[in-house]
Amino acid sequence: MRVQLFVTCLVDLLYPEVGERTVALLERLGCEVSFPAAQTCCGQPAANSGYPDDARRVAGHFIDVFAATEGPIVAPFGSCIHMVRHHYPRLFADDHERLRLARAVGERTHELAGFIVSELGHDEVGGRYPGPAGATIAYHAECHLLRGLGGGEHPQRLLAGVAGCELVEVERAELCCGFGGTFSLKLPALSAAMADEKLDSALRAGADAIVSTDVGCLMHLEGRARRRGLGLRVHHLVDLLEPSGAL
Amino acid sequence: MSGRVIEPPDPRPDPAVRANLHRAAASWEAGRARAHELVDWETWRDRAQAIRADAVANLPELVDRLEQRVIEVGGHVHRAATAAQANAVVTEICAAAGASMVVKGKSMTTEETGLGEALAAAEITAIETDLGEYVVQQLGQRPSHILAPAVHLSAAQIAELFGRLAGHSFDPDDTRALVAYARGALRERFLEAQVGITGVNFAVAESGTLAIVESEGNVRLCSSLPRVHIAVMGIEKVVRDWAGAAHLVGMVSLAAHGKPAPASTSFVTGPARGGDDGPGELHLVLLDDGRSALRGTELESALHCIRCGACLYACPVYRQMGGHRYGSVYTGPIGAVITPALEGSGAEGSKLAELSSLCGACVEACPVKIPLDDQLVALRAAARERDPRRAEAAVFGAWSRLWSRPGGYRASAATSGRALGPLWRRALRAEPHGWAPRAPFPFAGWTAERDVRLPAARPFHRRWRERRGG
Repeated sequence: MRVQLFVTCLVDLLYPEVGERTVALLERLGCEVSFPAAQTCCGQPAANSGYPDDARRVAGHFIDVFAATEGPIVAPFGSCIHMVRHHYPRLFADDHERLRLARAVGERTHELAGFIVSELGHDEVGGRYPGPAGATIAYHAECHLLRGLGGGEHPQRLLAGVAGCELVEVERAELCCGFGGTFSLKLPALSAAMADEKLDSALRAGADAIVSTDVGCLMHLEGRARRRGLGLRVHHLVDLLEPSGAL
Repeated sequence: MSGRVIEPPDPRPDPAVRANLHRAAASWEAGRARAHELVDWETWRDRAQAIRADAVANLPELVDRLEQRVIEVGGHVHRAATAAQANAVVTEICAAAGASMVVKGKSMTTEETGLGEALAAAEITAIETDLGEYVVQQLGQRPSHILAPAVHLSAAQIAELFGRLAGHSFDPDDTRALVAYARGALRERFLEAQVGITGVNFAVAESGTLAIVESEGNVRLCSSLPRVHIAVMGIEKVVRDWAGAAHLVGMVSLAAHGKPAPASTSFVTGPARGGDDGPGELHLVLLDDGRSALRGTELESALHCIRCGACLYACPVYRQMGGHRYGSVYTGPIGAVITPALEGSGAEGSKLAELSSLCGACVEACPVKIPLDDQLVALRAAARERDPRRAEAAVFGAWSRLWSRPGGYRASAATSGRALGPLWRRALRAEPHGWAPRAPFPFAGWTAERDVRLPAARPFHRRWRERRGG
């Protein structure tokens, strides 16, 4: 199956290894991966901050790039998929042609774990924890995957098949970690207090690492853990599913 | 005089309040789990949403019908376009009744209008009779939660207050003694008061019946012991018929406490007739205060709200801050959405929309499925249009121009890579593995609380081009 990789801007610029592992994983599962080179960002930062015109400019480019391709569009980042599926139709509600294209592109988009479970039909794809064996990991569901796309259980299912670690239940696992995009820049004290609640509940559960599918949450949680001098490790799901993956 | 936004939002966590809220939120979560077992939740939500959508879509017609029916059963109806008008009407009725003291049931609508202050200005003392509301009134505070006014306080704080009022100490764990004290202090007042003032949860247009939900029994006393009963409601609380009202009474209880019915619901249809016990006079005050203007806008569905308080408990930002730091009467996600619509909320009201990480927990919790996250985003956009913040608008303007072209995007990636050369890295005190404790504008807010991850020297798109070509 040919898939179009939407790597997302945060993965591209800050976590390129997550992009590489995503490609390696999809290829191991028999996909032929294309990377539309003109892609940039989905436009979410502007949309959520109250700048719909700026969001439309960037979103319009996303639609142009991916409308020219075929097959499923897969991203290792649920929030960006939620942006395309949920917010694009709202952003382009008054532009009939764009709306049609946005819907057509949106229907082709998938968050990586959901794509593997629902489209490729794998409940287990192996993998190994990239740290010392016997680790305890806490799964943090990104809000836009859990509540927005309704696919919060997909990463958990795949994690069950990962060797070298054990998944632990965390209290109030569904609570937001406080990243929230520009929220984290504008209201840092609230954002950090929310991160602390998440980090502390992971520590109370005895976790050595937190695993998620949103590198925004990961950057926020790891940045806070570092600032507090906590030993918690933070990983993207593909760091476990395809630990040695490279282009 | 506005009772809506009292002070600017103070967007910081409040650790003491957070601990108290933690307990309340845990109890709400247990209630939610129970509610999902008791009923087919999604079916109930769909029905509740449909009932509320029908009411708001047909608001003028249903409010007219309600007015007509209330008059037919012997009540008086007063329409108030603004909070000030509502307060003036209530004050006049109290004065005409010769009341120098009135008893009140908990009502967010009268908090919204600032009725307590308006009555005080006319030298009429309003005694709050809901336990939580009584506590915050005695402390000179306002409710911090739509449903649980004193949820921000601990039992120890309440015991200390009552100890001061009573002149002897209370054991914070002895809830019975605390409640007994409040009951004793209030009981005489119910008997003395000439006027009782309550809110309204739902008003049935077909019969002119006011449904008032409570858990303590004080509303029943306010609406039955005094000679005059004044009920104040936002116009959107109307529902078409009894079947709809009955469903919503169940729904508000399920969403708030996970119980199939409230501890007590009063159904008031007109004043006492013939030789019946009860108030000889019933006044219904119908308050608009900016509500009608929401109809036909993206925020219309906020009028569907049944004031269950679920979105507050679900909201991680509310849980950190507590209600008072919002600075507004209505707090939490629904407060952030409706406050700017209320007349006189001003620029401070629109700042409330920033108090969300857009996590969607409020939408999931809402029993009438209000898309609060989308509405918060719409309010942010409206605020920017009214008052463009130049620095931020300029950043997003430049950003969207660069990032809507692959060349601009790649150039900005390359520039940030170059900017992170040795000099910058030293200035930021960057660690070799890509994290730094500080960052320049617009990322300074980030590093106030967290280390920042620096852009990779070779982003993914470069790696792909180098290794895979095309």
